[in-house]
Amino acid sequence: MAYSDKVIDHYSNPKNVGTLDKASKSVGTGLVGAPECGDVMRLQIQVDEATGIITDAKFKTFGCGSAIASSSLATEWLKGKSVDEAVKIDNMDLVEELNLPPVKIHCSVLAEDAIKSAINDYRKKNGLDELVFEERIH
Amino acid sequence: MLKLPIYLDHNATTPMDPRVLEAMIPYFTENFGNAASRNHSFGWHAEEAVDYAREQVAQLIGADPKEIIFTSGATEGDNLAIKGVYEMYASKGNHIITCTTEHKAVLDTCKHLEKLGAEVTYLDVQPDGLIDLKALEAAMKPTTILVAIMYANNEIGVVQPVKEIAAIAKKHGALFFTDGVQAVGKIPVDVIADGIDIMAFTAHKMYGPKGVGALYVRRKNPRVKVTAQMDGGGHERGMRSGTLNVPGIVGFGKAAEIARTDMAADTERISKLRDKLENALKQIDESYVNGNPAHRLPHVSNISFKYVEGEGLMMGFNKDIALSSGSACTSASLEPSYVLKALGLGDDLAHSSLRFGLGRYTTEEQIDFTIKAVTDTVLKLREMSPLWEMFKEGVDIDSIQWAHH
Repeated sequence: MAYSDKVIDHYSNPKNVGTLDKASKSVGTGLVGAPECGDVMRLQIQVDEATGIITDAKFKTFGCGSAIASSSLATEWLKGKSVDEAVKIDNMDLVEELNLPPVKIHCSVLAEDAIKSAINDYRKKNGLDELVFEERIH
Repeated sequence: MLKLPIYLDHNATTPMDPRVLEAMIPYFTENFGNAASRNHSFGWHAEEAVDYAREQVAQLIGADPKEIIFTSGATEGDNLAIKGVYEMYASKGNHIITCTTEHKAVLDTCKHLEKLGAEVTYLDVQPDGLIDLKALEAAMKPTTILVAIMYANNEIGVVQPVKEIAAIAKKHGALFFTDGVQAVGKIPVDVIADGIDIMAFTAHKMYGPKGVGALYVRRKNPRVKVTAQMDGGGHERGMRSGTLNVPGIVGFGKAAEIARTDMAADTERISKLRDKLENALKQIDESYVNGNPAHRLPHVSNISFKYVEGEGLMMGFNKDIALSSGSACTSASLEPSYVLKALGLGDDLAHSSLRFGLGRYTTEEQIDFTIKAVTDTVLKLREMSPLWEMFKEGVDIDSIQWAHH
Protein backbone atom coordinates (compact mmCIF):
# COMPACT_ATOMS: atom_id res chain seq x y z
CA MET A 1 0.00 0.00 0.00
CA ALA A 2 1.40 3.36 -0.93
CA TYR A 3 1.18 6.30 1.42
CA SER A 4 -0.09 9.68 0.30
CA ASP A 5 2.44 12.49 -0.09
CA LYS A 6 0.89 14.29 2.87
CA VAL A 7 1.30 11.27 5.14
CA ILE A 8 4.91 10.90 4.01
CA ASP A 9 5.53 14.58 4.62
CA HIS A 10 4.15 14.51 8.17
CA TYR A 11 6.03 11.28 8.86
CA SER A 12 9.34 12.66 7.56
CA ASN A 13 8.91 16.11 9.09
CA PRO A 14 6.50 15.70 11.96
CA LYS A 15 5.19 18.94 13.43
CA ASN A 16 5.08 19.57 17.17
CA VAL A 17 6.75 16.45 18.51
CA GLY A 18 7.34 16.91 22.20
CA THR A 19 6.10 17.09 25.74
CA LEU A 20 4.29 19.77 27.73
CA ASP A 21 4.23 19.84 31.52
CA LYS A 22 1.36 17.54 32.29
CA ALA A 23 1.19 18.81 35.87
CA SER A 24 0.43 22.36 34.72
CA LYS A 25 -3.17 23.53 35.14
CA SER A 26 -3.14 25.11 31.69
CA VAL A 27 -2.11 21.85 29.98
CA GLY A 28 -4.52 19.11 28.94
CA THR A 29 -3.14 15.65 28.16
CA GLY A 30 -4.83 12.88 26.23
CA LEU A 31 -3.28 9.40 26.09
CA VAL A 32 -5.21 6.98 23.91
CA GLY A 33 -4.73 3.64 22.18
CA ALA A 34 -2.90 0.62 23.53
CA PRO A 35 0.50 -0.94 22.84
CA GLU A 36 -1.07 -4.27 21.91
CA CYS A 37 -3.14 -2.57 19.22
CA GLY A 38 0.02 -1.10 17.76
CA ASP A 39 -1.03 2.52 18.32
CA VAL A 40 -0.53 4.82 21.29
CA MET A 41 -1.00 8.57 20.94
CA ARG A 42 -0.29 11.22 23.48
CA LEU A 43 -1.58 14.65 22.57
CA GLN A 44 -1.22 17.72 24.74
CA ILE A 45 -2.68 21.22 24.54
CA GLN A 46 -1.56 24.37 26.26
CA VAL A 47 -4.52 26.72 26.83
CA ASP A 48 -4.44 30.44 27.52
CA GLU A 49 -6.77 30.57 30.48
CA ALA A 50 -7.92 34.14 29.81
CA THR A 51 -8.95 33.63 26.18
CA GLY A 52 -9.54 29.86 26.00
CA ILE A 53 -7.27 29.74 22.96
CA ILE A 54 -4.92 26.78 22.44
CA THR A 55 -1.49 28.39 22.24
CA ASP A 56 0.55 25.24 21.82
CA ALA A 57 0.04 21.58 21.06
CA LYS A 58 2.47 18.66 21.21
CA PHE A 59 2.30 14.98 20.45
CA LYS A 60 4.17 11.73 20.74
CA THR A 61 2.91 8.68 18.89
CA PHE A 62 3.81 5.01 18.77
CA GLY A 63 2.30 3.66 15.60
CA CYS A 64 2.36 3.46 11.84
CA GLY A 65 2.99 6.37 9.49
CA SER A 66 -0.70 7.21 9.28
CA ALA A 67 -1.00 7.40 13.05
CA ILE A 68 2.03 9.68 13.24
CA ALA A 69 0.68 11.86 10.42
CA SER A 70 -2.81 12.05 11.99
CA SER A 71 -1.44 13.26 15.31
CA SER A 72 1.03 15.63 13.68
CA LEU A 73 -1.74 17.21 11.60
CA ALA A 74 -4.08 17.35 14.61
CA THR A 75 -1.55 19.41 16.59
CA GLU A 76 -1.22 21.78 13.64
CA TRP A 77 -4.96 22.27 13.52
CA LEU A 78 -5.30 22.71 17.27
CA LYS A 79 -2.91 25.62 17.56
CA GLY A 80 -4.77 28.94 17.51
CA LYS A 81 -8.20 27.37 17.91
CA SER A 82 -10.37 27.92 20.95
CA VAL A 83 -11.10 24.87 23.05
CA ASP A 84 -14.73 25.03 21.92
CA GLU A 85 -13.67 24.97 18.26
CA ALA A 86 -11.17 22.18 18.87
CA VAL A 87 -13.92 19.88 20.12
CA LYS A 88 -15.46 20.04 16.66
CA ILE A 89 -12.45 18.55 14.83
CA ASP A 90 -13.80 15.45 13.15
CA ASN A 91 -11.73 12.42 12.26
CA MET A 92 -13.10 12.47 8.72
CA ASP A 93 -11.48 15.87 8.19
CA LEU A 94 -8.14 14.25 8.99
CA VAL A 95 -8.94 11.34 6.67
CA GLU A 96 -9.70 13.74 3.85
CA GLU A 97 -6.70 15.97 4.37
CA LEU A 98 -4.28 13.02 4.59
CA ASN A 99 -5.99 10.83 2.01
CA LEU A 100 -6.08 7.91 4.42
CA PRO A 101 -7.27 4.60 2.99
CA PRO A 102 -10.12 2.74 4.76
CA VAL A 103 -7.76 0.46 6.75
CA LYS A 104 -6.17 3.55 8.27
CA ILE A 105 -9.33 5.36 9.36
CA HIS A 106 -8.80 4.08 12.90
CA CYS A 107 -5.67 6.25 13.07
CA SER A 108 -7.78 9.37 12.54
CA VAL A 109 -10.36 8.16 15.08
CA LEU A 110 -7.58 7.75 17.57
CA ALA A 111 -6.38 11.31 16.89
CA GLU A 112 -9.90 12.65 17.42
CA ASP A 113 -10.15 10.69 20.67
CA ALA A 114 -6.80 12.10 21.76
CA ILE A 115 -8.00 15.67 21.16
CA LYS A 116 -11.18 15.10 23.15
CA SER A 117 -9.33 13.35 25.91
CA ALA A 118 -6.85 16.24 26.16
CA ILE A 119 -9.69 18.76 26.28
CA ASN A 120 -11.46 16.84 29.04
CA ASP A 121 -8.24 16.60 31.01
CA TYR A 122 -7.92 20.37 30.75
CA ARG A 123 -11.55 20.90 31.76
CA LYS A 124 -11.24 18.60 34.73
CA LYS A 125 -8.15 20.40 35.99
CA ASN A 126 -10.02 23.68 35.76
CA GLY A 127 -13.14 22.58 37.61
CA LEU A 128 -15.31 22.17 34.51
CA ASP A 129 -17.54 19.21 33.78
CA GLU A 130 -16.06 16.65 31.40
CA LEU A 131 -17.79 16.61 28.04
CA VAL A 132 -19.60 13.42 27.18
CA PHE A 133 -18.86 12.11 23.71
CA GLU A 134 -20.71 9.51 21.79
CA GLU A 135 -19.15 6.06 22.09
CA ARG A 136 -17.29 5.19 18.93
CA ILE A 137 -16.81 1.77 17.58
CA HIS A 138 -13.30 1.46 16.26
CA MET B 1 27.48 2.43 -6.65
CA LEU B 2 24.78 1.08 -4.37
CA LYS B 3 21.64 0.36 -6.33
CA LEU B 4 18.37 1.00 -4.54
CA PRO B 5 15.97 -0.41 -3.47
CA ILE B 6 17.65 -3.23 -1.57
CA TYR B 7 15.75 -6.52 -1.38
CA LEU B 8 15.84 -8.15 2.06
CA ASP B 9 12.65 -10.19 1.90
CA HIS B 10 14.02 -13.49 0.60
CA ASN B 11 11.67 -15.51 2.81
CA ALA B 12 8.78 -14.13 0.81
CA THR B 13 10.31 -14.90 -2.56
CA THR B 14 13.67 -14.82 -4.31
CA PRO B 15 14.72 -13.32 -7.62
CA MET B 16 15.26 -15.91 -10.32
CA ASP B 17 18.86 -16.84 -10.98
CA PRO B 18 19.73 -15.89 -14.59
CA ARG B 19 21.09 -19.43 -15.10
CA VAL B 20 17.61 -20.73 -14.29
CA LEU B 21 15.93 -18.43 -16.76
CA GLU B 22 18.37 -19.47 -19.45
CA ALA B 23 17.54 -23.12 -18.89
CA MET B 24 13.81 -22.44 -19.08
CA ILE B 25 13.54 -20.33 -22.23
CA PRO B 26 13.64 -23.08 -24.89
CA TYR B 27 10.75 -24.85 -23.15
CA PHE B 28 8.39 -21.96 -23.78
CA THR B 29 8.94 -21.84 -27.51
CA GLU B 30 10.81 -24.61 -29.39
CA ASN B 31 10.32 -27.41 -26.88
CA PHE B 32 6.75 -26.65 -25.99
CA GLY B 33 5.48 -30.23 -25.97
CA ASN B 34 3.16 -31.81 -23.45
CA ALA B 35 5.17 -34.22 -21.32
CA ALA B 36 2.23 -36.62 -21.44
CA SER B 37 2.22 -36.83 -25.25
CA ARG B 38 3.70 -40.29 -25.72
CA ASN B 39 3.52 -40.57 -29.48
CA HIS B 40 5.70 -37.80 -30.89
CA SER B 41 9.04 -36.13 -30.40
CA PHE B 42 7.59 -32.94 -28.92
CA GLY B 43 6.19 -34.96 -26.07
CA TRP B 44 9.37 -37.03 -25.73
CA HIS B 45 11.54 -33.92 -25.44
CA ALA B 46 9.28 -32.47 -22.79
CA GLU B 47 9.19 -35.73 -20.87
CA GLU B 48 12.95 -36.03 -21.01
CA ALA B 49 13.34 -32.49 -19.66
CA VAL B 50 10.90 -33.22 -16.83
CA ASP B 51 12.72 -36.46 -15.97
CA TYR B 52 16.03 -34.61 -15.82
CA ALA B 53 14.57 -31.92 -13.58
CA ARG B 54 13.02 -34.59 -11.38
CA GLU B 55 16.50 -36.02 -10.86
CA GLN B 56 17.95 -32.60 -10.07
CA VAL B 57 15.23 -31.90 -7.52
CA ALA B 58 15.46 -35.38 -5.99
CA GLN B 59 19.22 -35.07 -5.63
CA LEU B 60 18.92 -31.86 -3.62
CA ILE B 61 16.99 -33.69 -0.88
CA GLY B 62 18.51 -37.16 -1.18
CA ALA B 63 15.37 -38.69 -2.67
CA ASP B 64 14.68 -41.07 -5.51
CA PRO B 65 13.32 -39.23 -8.60
CA LYS B 66 10.21 -41.40 -8.48
CA GLU B 67 9.40 -39.87 -5.10
CA ILE B 68 9.03 -36.36 -6.51
CA ILE B 69 5.49 -35.18 -7.35
CA PHE B 70 5.47 -31.83 -9.13
CA THR B 71 2.87 -29.35 -7.91
CA SER B 72 2.02 -25.70 -8.42
CA GLY B 73 3.80 -24.71 -5.22
CA ALA B 74 4.02 -25.38 -1.52
CA THR B 75 0.46 -24.37 -0.67
CA GLU B 76 -0.74 -27.09 -3.00
CA GLY B 77 1.86 -29.46 -1.57
CA ASP B 78 0.73 -28.76 2.01
CA ASN B 79 -2.90 -29.33 1.05
CA LEU B 80 -2.20 -32.47 -0.94
CA ALA B 81 -0.06 -33.97 1.81
CA ILE B 82 -2.33 -33.32 4.76
CA LYS B 83 -5.70 -33.85 3.07
CA GLY B 84 -4.28 -36.72 1.05
CA VAL B 85 -2.99 -38.55 4.12
CA TYR B 86 -6.20 -37.86 6.04
CA GLU B 87 -8.23 -39.50 3.28
CA MET B 88 -5.81 -42.33 2.48
CA TYR B 89 -5.27 -43.38 6.10
CA ALA B 90 -8.82 -42.79 7.37
CA SER B 91 -9.12 -46.41 8.45
CA LYS B 92 -6.08 -46.03 10.72
CA GLY B 93 -7.19 -42.94 12.57
CA ASN B 94 -8.17 -39.29 12.37
CA HIS B 95 -5.67 -37.54 14.64
CA ILE B 96 -3.18 -35.01 13.28
CA ILE B 97 -0.52 -33.17 15.30
CA THR B 98 0.84 -29.84 14.14
CA CYS B 99 2.07 -26.66 15.84
CA THR B 100 0.88 -23.11 16.25
CA THR B 101 3.67 -21.48 14.24
CA GLU B 102 3.01 -23.37 11.01
CA HIS B 103 2.26 -21.54 7.79
CA LYS B 104 -1.41 -20.79 7.11
CA ALA B 105 -1.39 -23.35 4.32
CA VAL B 106 -0.90 -26.02 7.00
CA LEU B 107 -2.99 -24.49 9.78
CA ASP B 108 -5.98 -23.70 7.61
CA THR B 109 -5.83 -27.11 5.94
CA CYS B 110 -5.95 -28.69 9.41
CA LYS B 111 -8.87 -26.46 10.37
CA HIS B 112 -10.66 -27.54 7.23
CA LEU B 113 -10.15 -31.19 8.13
CA GLU B 114 -11.45 -30.57 11.65
CA LYS B 115 -14.79 -29.66 10.08
CA LEU B 116 -14.72 -33.00 8.28
CA GLY B 117 -14.11 -34.97 11.47
CA ALA B 118 -10.37 -34.79 12.06
CA GLU B 119 -9.00 -34.32 15.54
CA VAL B 120 -6.09 -31.88 15.44
CA THR B 121 -3.61 -31.08 18.21
CA TYR B 122 -1.88 -27.71 17.82
CA LEU B 123 1.32 -27.89 19.86
CA ASP B 124 2.57 -24.68 21.42
CA VAL B 125 6.17 -23.76 20.77
CA GLN B 126 8.74 -22.82 23.39
CA PRO B 127 9.82 -19.17 23.75
CA ASP B 128 12.71 -19.88 21.35
CA GLY B 129 10.30 -21.07 18.65
CA LEU B 130 11.18 -24.77 18.84
CA ILE B 131 8.61 -27.41 19.68
CA ASP B 132 8.89 -29.35 22.90
CA LEU B 133 9.64 -32.98 22.00
CA LYS B 134 8.18 -34.21 25.28
CA ALA B 135 4.93 -32.43 24.48
CA LEU B 136 4.93 -34.07 21.04
CA GLU B 137 5.51 -37.48 22.57
CA ALA B 138 2.70 -36.87 25.06
CA ALA B 139 0.32 -35.82 22.29
CA MET B 140 0.77 -39.03 20.28
CA LYS B 141 -2.25 -41.37 20.32
CA PRO B 142 -3.10 -44.71 18.75
CA THR B 143 -5.26 -42.74 16.28
CA THR B 144 -2.47 -40.36 15.27
CA ILE B 145 -1.89 -40.72 11.54
CA LEU B 146 0.20 -37.64 10.82
CA VAL B 147 2.67 -35.31 12.49
CA ALA B 148 2.96 -32.08 10.46
CA ILE B 149 5.78 -29.84 11.68
CA MET B 150 7.62 -27.41 9.46
CA TYR B 151 11.35 -27.76 8.83
CA ALA B 152 12.15 -24.08 9.32
CA ASN B 153 9.91 -21.18 10.19
CA ASN B 154 9.21 -18.46 7.65
CA GLU B 155 9.09 -15.57 10.11
CA ILE B 156 11.88 -16.25 12.56
CA GLY B 157 13.90 -18.86 10.69
CA VAL B 158 14.16 -21.39 13.54
CA VAL B 159 14.94 -24.94 12.39
CA GLN B 160 12.92 -27.61 14.18
CA PRO B 161 14.55 -30.81 15.49
CA VAL B 162 13.30 -32.71 12.47
CA LYS B 163 15.16 -36.00 13.09
CA GLU B 164 13.83 -36.28 16.62
CA ILE B 165 10.30 -35.42 15.50
CA ALA B 166 10.51 -38.05 12.76
CA ALA B 167 11.68 -40.67 15.27
CA ILE B 168 8.77 -39.96 17.60
CA ALA B 169 6.26 -40.16 14.74
CA LYS B 170 7.76 -43.41 13.51
CA LYS B 171 7.78 -44.95 16.98
CA HIS B 172 4.04 -44.38 17.22
CA GLY B 173 3.26 -45.53 13.71
CA ALA B 174 2.39 -42.09 12.36
CA LEU B 175 3.68 -40.45 9.20
CA PHE B 176 5.85 -37.35 9.38
CA PHE B 177 5.11 -34.50 6.99
CA THR B 178 7.23 -31.37 6.93
CA ASP B 179 6.74 -28.07 5.14
CA GLY B 180 10.28 -27.62 3.84
CA VAL B 181 9.71 -24.39 1.94
CA GLN B 182 12.17 -22.24 3.87
CA ALA B 183 14.79 -24.92 4.43
CA VAL B 184 15.22 -26.80 1.15
CA GLY B 185 17.95 -25.21 -0.93
CA LYS B 186 19.19 -23.17 2.04
CA ILE B 187 20.42 -25.83 4.45
CA PRO B 188 21.20 -29.51 3.87
CA VAL B 189 17.96 -31.48 3.86
CA ASP B 190 18.17 -35.25 3.43
CA VAL B 191 14.87 -37.10 3.52
CA ILE B 192 16.51 -40.40 4.45
CA ALA B 193 18.79 -39.11 7.21
CA ASP B 194 16.03 -36.84 8.51
CA GLY B 195 13.38 -39.55 8.42
CA ILE B 196 10.88 -37.48 6.45
CA ASP B 197 7.88 -39.28 4.91
CA ILE B 198 6.36 -36.38 2.99
CA MET B 199 7.71 -32.90 2.33
CA ALA B 200 6.41 -29.89 0.43
CA PHE B 201 8.74 -27.30 -1.05
CA THR B 202 8.77 -24.75 -3.83
CA ALA B 203 11.01 -23.32 -6.53
CA HIS B 204 10.54 -19.60 -6.01
CA LYS B 205 12.15 -19.63 -2.57
CA MET B 206 15.37 -20.99 -4.08
CA TYR B 207 15.91 -18.66 -7.03
CA GLY B 208 13.59 -20.63 -9.30
CA PRO B 209 10.32 -19.62 -10.95
CA LYS B 210 7.00 -19.05 -9.19
CA GLY B 211 4.13 -21.46 -9.75
CA VAL B 212 6.06 -24.72 -9.44
CA GLY B 213 6.79 -26.85 -6.41
CA ALA B 214 7.20 -30.44 -5.39
CA LEU B 215 5.91 -32.91 -2.90
CA TYR B 216 8.30 -35.60 -1.79
CA VAL B 217 6.35 -38.80 -1.10
CA ARG B 218 8.38 -41.67 0.33
CA ARG B 219 8.22 -44.98 -1.57
CA LYS B 220 10.09 -47.28 0.79
CA ASN B 221 10.04 -47.90 4.56
CA PRO B 222 7.19 -47.11 4.55
CA ARG B 223 5.59 -46.76 1.16
CA VAL B 224 3.43 -43.66 1.52
CA LYS B 225 0.38 -42.81 -0.52
CA VAL B 226 -1.74 -39.71 -0.59
CA THR B 227 -5.21 -39.43 -2.08
CA ALA B 228 -5.24 -37.08 -5.07
CA GLN B 229 -7.05 -33.83 -4.43
CA MET B 230 -7.71 -33.08 -8.10
CA ASP B 231 -9.27 -35.53 -10.50
CA GLY B 232 -7.97 -35.79 -14.03
CA GLY B 233 -5.46 -37.50 -16.23
CA GLY B 234 -3.65 -39.31 -13.45
CA HIS B 235 -0.29 -37.55 -13.86
CA GLU B 236 2.45 -37.83 -11.25
CA ARG B 237 1.75 -41.43 -10.26
CA GLY B 238 -1.93 -40.61 -9.92
CA MET B 239 -1.34 -38.19 -7.07
CA ARG B 240 -1.48 -34.94 -8.97
CA SER B 241 -3.35 -34.63 -12.24
CA GLY B 242 -2.80 -31.74 -14.61
CA THR B 243 -0.50 -31.06 -17.55
CA LEU B 244 3.00 -30.54 -16.24
CA ASN B 245 4.40 -27.02 -16.20
CA VAL B 246 7.43 -28.03 -18.26
CA PRO B 247 9.35 -24.74 -18.37
CA GLY B 248 8.66 -24.20 -14.67
CA ILE B 249 9.82 -27.70 -13.82
CA VAL B 250 12.98 -27.27 -15.91
CA GLY B 251 13.68 -24.05 -14.02
CA PHE B 252 12.99 -25.75 -10.69
CA GLY B 253 15.47 -28.47 -11.60
CA LYS B 254 18.16 -25.97 -12.50
CA ALA B 255 17.51 -23.97 -9.35
CA ALA B 256 17.79 -27.14 -7.26
CA GLU B 257 21.07 -28.07 -8.93
CA ILE B 258 22.55 -24.62 -8.30
CA ALA B 259 21.29 -24.65 -4.71
CA ARG B 260 23.07 -27.95 -4.17
CA THR B 261 26.38 -26.97 -5.73
CA ASP B 262 26.47 -23.42 -4.32
CA MET B 263 24.95 -24.05 -0.90
CA ALA B 264 28.13 -24.23 1.16
CA ALA B 265 29.64 -21.09 -0.35
CA ASP B 266 26.34 -19.17 -0.29
CA THR B 267 25.70 -20.09 3.33
CA GLU B 268 29.14 -19.06 4.44
CA ARG B 269 28.92 -15.68 2.76
CA ILE B 270 25.29 -14.91 3.64
CA SER B 271 25.51 -15.99 7.27
CA LYS B 272 28.48 -13.67 7.77
CA LEU B 273 26.43 -10.77 6.43
CA ARG B 274 23.44 -11.77 8.56
CA ASP B 275 25.61 -11.88 11.66
CA LYS B 276 27.10 -8.50 10.85
CA LEU B 277 23.62 -7.01 10.48
CA GLU B 278 22.31 -8.66 13.61
CA ASN B 279 25.28 -7.76 15.76
CA ALA B 280 25.06 -4.13 14.69
CA LEU B 281 21.31 -3.88 15.30
CA LYS B 282 21.61 -5.61 18.67
CA GLN B 283 23.66 -2.60 19.77
CA ILE B 284 20.46 -0.55 19.78
CA ASP B 285 18.96 -0.36 23.29
CA GLU B 286 15.95 -2.57 23.92
CA SER B 287 16.29 -4.63 20.75
CA TYR B 288 15.65 -8.35 20.90
CA VAL B 289 16.43 -11.15 18.45
CA ASN B 290 13.46 -13.50 18.10
CA GLY B 291 13.90 -17.26 17.82
CA ASN B 292 16.61 -19.69 18.86
CA PRO B 293 19.88 -18.23 17.50
CA ALA B 294 21.67 -21.60 17.40
CA HIS B 295 18.99 -23.51 15.49
CA ARG B 296 18.25 -21.06 12.75
CA LEU B 297 18.45 -20.58 8.99
CA PRO B 298 21.66 -18.80 8.00
CA HIS B 299 19.98 -15.97 6.12
CA VAL B 300 17.22 -14.80 8.46
CA SER B 301 17.12 -12.44 11.41
CA ASN B 302 13.96 -11.32 13.16
CA ILE B 303 14.47 -8.45 15.56
CA SER B 304 12.05 -6.50 17.77
CA PHE B 305 12.82 -2.87 18.48
CA LYS B 306 10.79 -2.17 21.58
CA TYR B 307 8.71 1.02 21.78
CA VAL B 308 8.56 1.62 18.03
CA GLU B 309 5.93 0.12 15.76
CA GLY B 310 7.09 -2.06 12.88
CA GLU B 311 5.10 -0.55 10.07
CA GLY B 312 5.97 2.97 11.15
CA LEU B 313 9.57 1.82 11.32
CA MET B 314 9.55 0.38 7.82
CA MET B 315 8.11 3.59 6.45
CA GLY B 316 11.36 5.28 7.40
CA PHE B 317 13.26 3.33 4.77
CA ASN B 318 10.85 1.33 2.65
CA LYS B 319 11.57 3.29 -0.47
CA ASP B 320 15.15 2.04 -0.18
CA ILE B 321 14.86 -1.32 1.62
CA ALA B 322 12.25 -4.02 1.13
CA LEU B 323 11.59 -6.20 4.15
CA SER B 324 8.72 -7.48 6.31
CA SER B 325 7.32 -6.61 9.69
CA GLY B 326 5.51 -8.72 12.26
CA SER B 327 3.18 -5.83 12.75
CA ALA B 328 -0.08 -6.26 10.93
CA CYS B 329 -1.23 -2.71 11.14
CA THR B 330 -2.65 -2.93 7.64
CA SER B 331 -4.83 -5.93 8.34
CA ALA B 332 -8.38 -5.37 9.47
CA SER B 333 -7.84 -7.33 12.66
CA LEU B 334 -4.90 -5.20 13.86
CA GLU B 335 -3.47 -8.45 15.18
CA PRO B 336 0.29 -8.74 15.10
CA SER B 337 2.10 -11.85 13.85
CA TYR B 338 0.63 -15.04 15.30
CA VAL B 339 4.06 -16.64 15.06
CA LEU B 340 5.69 -14.05 17.31
CA LYS B 341 2.74 -14.19 19.70
CA ALA B 342 3.14 -17.97 19.85
CA LEU B 343 6.67 -17.43 21.19
CA GLY B 344 5.03 -15.66 24.09
CA LEU B 345 6.11 -12.21 22.94
CA GLY B 346 3.92 -9.42 24.21
CA ASP B 347 1.92 -7.61 21.55
CA ASP B 348 4.19 -4.64 21.94
CA LEU B 349 7.26 -6.64 20.90
CA ALA B 350 5.35 -8.44 18.17
CA HIS B 351 4.24 -5.10 16.71
CA SER B 352 7.82 -3.87 16.85
CA SER B 353 9.53 -6.57 14.83
CA LEU B 354 11.28 -6.62 11.49
CA ARG B 355 12.26 -9.69 9.49
CA PHE B 356 15.50 -9.41 7.54
CA GLY B 357 15.79 -12.09 4.87
CA LEU B 358 19.13 -12.04 3.06
CA GLY B 359 19.88 -13.83 -0.17
CA ARG B 360 22.31 -14.89 -2.87
CA TYR B 361 22.74 -11.37 -4.24
CA THR B 362 22.90 -9.47 -0.94
CA THR B 363 26.12 -7.45 -0.64
CA GLU B 364 28.05 -6.07 2.29
CA GLU B 365 27.40 -2.56 0.99
CA GLN B 366 23.65 -3.23 1.17
CA ILE B 367 23.99 -4.50 4.72
CA ASP B 368 25.97 -1.43 5.79
CA PHE B 369 23.31 0.80 4.28
CA THR B 370 20.57 -1.17 6.05
CA ILE B 371 22.28 -1.01 9.44
CA LYS B 372 22.47 2.74 9.21
CA ALA B 373 18.95 3.28 7.88
CA VAL B 374 17.32 1.02 10.47
CA THR B 375 19.34 2.43 13.37
CA ASP B 376 18.61 6.04 12.39
CA THR B 377 14.89 5.35 12.01
CA VAL B 378 14.58 3.50 15.32
CA LEU B 379 16.27 6.37 17.13
CA LYS B 380 14.16 8.97 15.36
CA LEU B 381 10.88 7.18 16.08
CA ARG B 382 11.78 6.63 19.71
CA GLU B 383 12.12 10.38 20.11
CA MET B 384 8.52 10.46 18.89
CA SER B 385 7.29 7.51 20.97
CA PRO B 386 5.32 8.15 24.16
CA LEU B 387 6.15 4.59 25.26
CA TRP B 388 9.88 5.20 24.97
CA GLU B 389 9.50 8.38 27.04
CA MET B 390 7.59 6.43 29.72
CA PHE B 391 10.20 3.69 29.68
CA LYS B 392 12.97 6.25 30.12
CA GLU B 393 11.06 7.82 33.03
CA GLY B 394 10.71 4.42 34.66
CA VAL B 395 6.93 4.14 34.15
CA ASP B 396 5.69 0.57 34.08
CA ILE B 397 3.82 0.48 30.80
CA ASP B 398 2.00 -2.72 31.71
CA SER B 399 0.50 -1.05 34.76
CA ILE B 400 -1.32 1.53 32.66
CA GLN B 401 -5.02 1.00 32.07
CA TRP B 402 -5.05 1.15 28.27
CA ALA B 403 -8.31 1.74 26.48
CA HIS B 404 -8.66 -1.25 24.18
CA HIS B 405 -10.16 -0.73 20.81
